Amino acid sequence: MDFGFSISPSSTINLDKVDFTLYDRLCEIEPDAKKCMACGSCSATCTAGPWTGMSVRKVILGIQRGKESEAEKMLKGCMLCGKCTMVCPRGINTRHLILSLCRIYGEGER
Amino acid sequence: MIYQGKQKIWSDYQKDIPDDHWFYVRSCIRQSFFPASEKYFLKICRDLLGKDVYETEHHTTCGGIAYHSDTIPQETAMTIVARQFALMKEAGYKNLVTSCITSFGNYTEIIETWREFPELEAKIRENLWKACRREFDIPEYVAHASDLIFKFKDEIGSLAKYHLVDGVTGEPLRVVEHIGCHYSKMFPHKGFGGAEYPCVLSGMVESWGGHVIDYPERRHCCGFGFRQYLVKANRGYSVSNTHKKFESMEPYHPDMIITNCPGCPYFLDRWQYVISEMEGKTYGQNGYGIPVFTYEEVAGLVLGFDPWDLGLQIHQVAVEPLLEKIGIPYDPKKKYLGLDGKEIMKPGLPTVLKCC
Repeated sequence: MDFGFSISPSSTINLDKVDFTLYDRLCEIEPDAKKCMACGSCSATCTAGPWTGMSVRKVILGIQRGKESEAEKMLKGCMLCGKCTMVCPRGINTRHLILSLCRIYGEGER
Repeated sequence: MIYQGKQKIWSDYQKDIPDDHWFYVRSCIRQSFFPASEKYFLKICRDLLGKDVYETEHHTTCGGIAYHSDTIPQETAMTIVARQFALMKEAGYKNLVTSCITSFGNYTEIIETWREFPELEAKIRENLWKACRREFDIPEYVAHASDLIFKFKDEIGSLAKYHLVDGVTGEPLRVVEHIGCHYSKMFPHKGFGGAEYPCVLSGMVESWGGHVIDYPERRHCCGFGFRQYLVKANRGYSVSNTHKKFESMEPYHPDMIITNCPGCPYFLDRWQYVISEMEGKTYGQNGYGIPVFTYEEVAGLVLGFDPWDLGLQIHQVAVEPLLEKIGIPYDPKKKYLGLDGKEIMKPGLPTVLKCC
């Protein structure tokens, strides 16, 4: 029956059911990923962000919540300029973290 | 000493409710949705508990629906409310009791606003005088009708003919309680248990023998949300909210839902039909839905009033399986008989949701 409106898909994330393989692998290569406090300084300074939707904060959060394909899509907008690394208050080498993530995604493709 | 400390903390979440002499204001929509609820509230308070509850046919809407739908400014709602207060003053009452949760929130919000901005109160006094030559006093106490039933829950329990237990096994019924958002989310100190531990309905359920279910989305909105439903383009948000709640409570197998707001029982009841038509899913046992009741209806059932006199035939979700579970007698032939004994129209049956 068509009511003229419908139920929106749920945005609930059940962390008991999320596959953390990718996040665990990232933390293995880049232990600093655990230091991220999601302040968003990296995203605020990102040159590519306004045009491509790239956000290091969202990439890390996405991987922590099992939204891996969304994270991969965002990573493609990165120009590896390294400005995010310069502003990170936790001293995370975000540029290197992005490269490591690309490498992990590359491993998956092979 | 620790127990005393906890007792002291809990006392901060309580509120003292005057025992008697109430000026009652009805809801705009409840008499259409759940027609016997207000009648039975008055019957229980006046006839069974012997309380003085006065109502006047001259009172109007509080303006809450229009205010929350962004169709009138707050000053208009304030002037409408000021007129209700004037009627209360003229009738000689100082304690206001509202049938509607949104009215309760609206009255409370307006009184708090006037406390913060006395110049606004003066302006509304002037507006009211210009509009209808009336003057008002701010009520000494504003309560929601469920507060009164909560206060007298043990007296009602002592008069109970039935309890919220399985008539065969003697196990307590598994009850979901849903409190209207405007009860204590706006002004936590105005509700029993505040916004963190609101116990106005769980107290009734436990007093009448039921077991309250705690589930993840327990404090989530029912889905009404005014503009979420009233604007058709937003209606998907409304049904999605309700769907989220039902998905969350489903694993706990609730027998029934009790609510204290005009919109919540309507949407939790009717959306079960819509969800069943959209997704082919029902949440009760054997293809039925989960019956949804107002607290007056539950009090009426516990006290032994006839289910059809309580208006339970107006519900979308069939209540008969629950009545049988508790052991409350009912006559199926009288389900659709009006007060004059003539048959009223029977509703069509849904394609998925099982009804009696």
